[in-house]
Amino acid sequence: MTALTRPARPNSAGDAALRPVPWRRMAGVSWRQHRIALAGAAVLLGALAVWLWIMGTPLHHAYAAAIACHPASSAACQGSIANFNQSVENHFMGSKGTGGVLLQVVPALIGAFVGAPVLARELETGTFRYAWTQGFGRWRWALAKLVALALVLAAATAAFGALVSWYYQPYLGTGNPALGLNENSPFGDLFSLREVTFPAWTVASFATAALAGMLIRRVVPAIVATLAAYAGLAFATAGLLREHYLTPLVTSSVSPPGTAWIISQWSTLDGRFAFAGNPPTSIFNQLGPCLAAGNGKPLAGGFPQQLAQCLAQHGYTQWTSYQPASRLWPFQWIEGGWLLALSALLIAATIWLVHRRAA
Amino acid sequence: MNVVEASGLGKRYGRTWALRECTLEIPAGRVAALVGPNGAGKSTLLNLSVGLTAPSAGAVTVLGGRRAGSPAALDGIAFVAQDTPLYKNLTVSDMIYLTRALNRRFDQPYARTRLDELGIPLKRKAGKLSGGQQAQLALTLALARHPRLLVLDEPVAMLDPVARHDFMATVLAAAADDGVSVLLSSHVLTELERVADYLVLLSLGQVRLAGKVGDLLAAHGQASLEELALTYLRETTPEVTR
Repeated sequence: MTALTRPARPNSAGDAALRPVPWRRMAGVSWRQHRIALAGAAVLLGALAVWLWIMGTPLHHAYAAAIACHPASSAACQGSIANFNQSVENHFMGSKGTGGVLLQVVPALIGAFVGAPVLARELETGTFRYAWTQGFGRWRWALAKLVALALVLAAATAAFGALVSWYYQPYLGTGNPALGLNENSPFGDLFSLREVTFPAWTVASFATAALAGMLIRRVVPAIVATLAAYAGLAFATAGLLREHYLTPLVTSSVSPPGTAWIISQWSTLDGRFAFAGNPPTSIFNQLGPCLAAGNGKPLAGGFPQQLAQCLAQHGYTQWTSYQPASRLWPFQWIEGGWLLALSALLIAATIWLVHRRAA
Repeated sequence: MNVVEASGLGKRYGRTWALRECTLEIPAGRVAALVGPNGAGKSTLLNLSVGLTAPSAGAVTVLGGRRAGSPAALDGIAFVAQDTPLYKNLTVSDMIYLTRALNRRFDQPYARTRLDELGIPLKRKAGKLSGGQQAQLALTLALARHPRLLVLDEPVAMLDPVARHDFMATVLAAAADDGVSVLLSSHVLTELERVADYLVLLSLGQVRLAGKVGDLLAAHGQASLEELALTYLRETTPEVTR
């Protein structure tokens, strides 16, 4: 066998002014290494987008027909309003809808499946000994890869979040109680699937997975750990944290806005605290006649509002603390902001570990 | 210039020292062999030299005083790790793309011609290549970077005799024609006989012997590198066998 003679090595005088390999070259590298995971995420989002589009189009038509109808009291209009409300029922929408719950796992899955292999695969297969000894440099390699992938995921999931918002628009809607259309708070489970929060949760999952991969050094356990951490963070945020982003408003109105997110309710009697939430049995019994009287003619707000009115008749003042629907965007940016800050911290920690890791 | 310079270099994993008080100067323009039984610290010394591992004690510089693992060091060193790790699900041409993108210099015509000569198809996935072809691919990618120092960790351990011969021929050609300094570790002594002109003997994490092969043979009155190494290793580590 003959060995090929290579041309002479370029002059090494340029060593003093050693310019680093350009950052942009990592784009093609990241694509070649992660195209299967990215394609998987694209297929998942694409399929869900088509599904939302197919499901959402008739719903938007039904909504448009219901609100454009004049006069609203006519039989035809009542029909189209009932038709829309029925469409909403038939869809999975609403905070208790299974579809809405299923969508919650999408950011977690995408982030975990794209993020975990970035470092864990290298460490698992030994290819880090190739990747980290190239001229690009290893912390730059980690930074370029993680940031590029995070940006791609953020862009794709922000677009998907916009589609989710469009889909839920008739439901959250403009809510038009005068027409008998349901009103709903934008702070349900859907809150984390909007334009800002969907990419923020996805990137947080991605950053968690990258760090977990660096620490655990195996892909599958890193994915499992990420999903567990994500679930804990998501439940804690929805259940404990989110309501405190801004101080809730407090009203003594018997009918707080239908789009409000009710945080808590309590009643006072003569300016003194009486009870929290629903009245105790003893007070309930006092209200009996009042509640019975209202049975024949239910109010628009249903039982809660009727109860509030009966309490008012007996001298109680019912207080409600709530987050108004107008705070949707401040809340979106607050949640998106801290999630992105957390992601940046996790990515920085990962890069630092890559930089100082002793194999 | 010394391609590798270590002073008081040590690496500890937990309570065990994989390498201790290693002081060493490997001059440029040599094919230096790092010899020793399994667990002697060969891989540790190489990993320290290419910056994959941080020292627990002492310091190591490469290519005339550059900190191991620094950008200037990475630029001038090509490393082929043990078992030649490649991305198994990427094609040969993807591997060329990656190596080209990740380095300031990459001689694409050389890489293509060489792979063509070796009969390695560009569209084949790296994981589908034979062991010998994977080793040749890793070596070709390393040489196409035009390194000043080529570091090879147990490059031929997994190869059959023909692949072993071909691999070493490529390494020697690069050293002879292009002046690439080579540092390779091996526990296959017979293979080193033909190629090495500088020897570093390691056992139990310490350097036992280092110098030009000719000088060492003369000084110790041995006929071959293999005999020298075996004699020396038997003296220092009774458990070593061929």
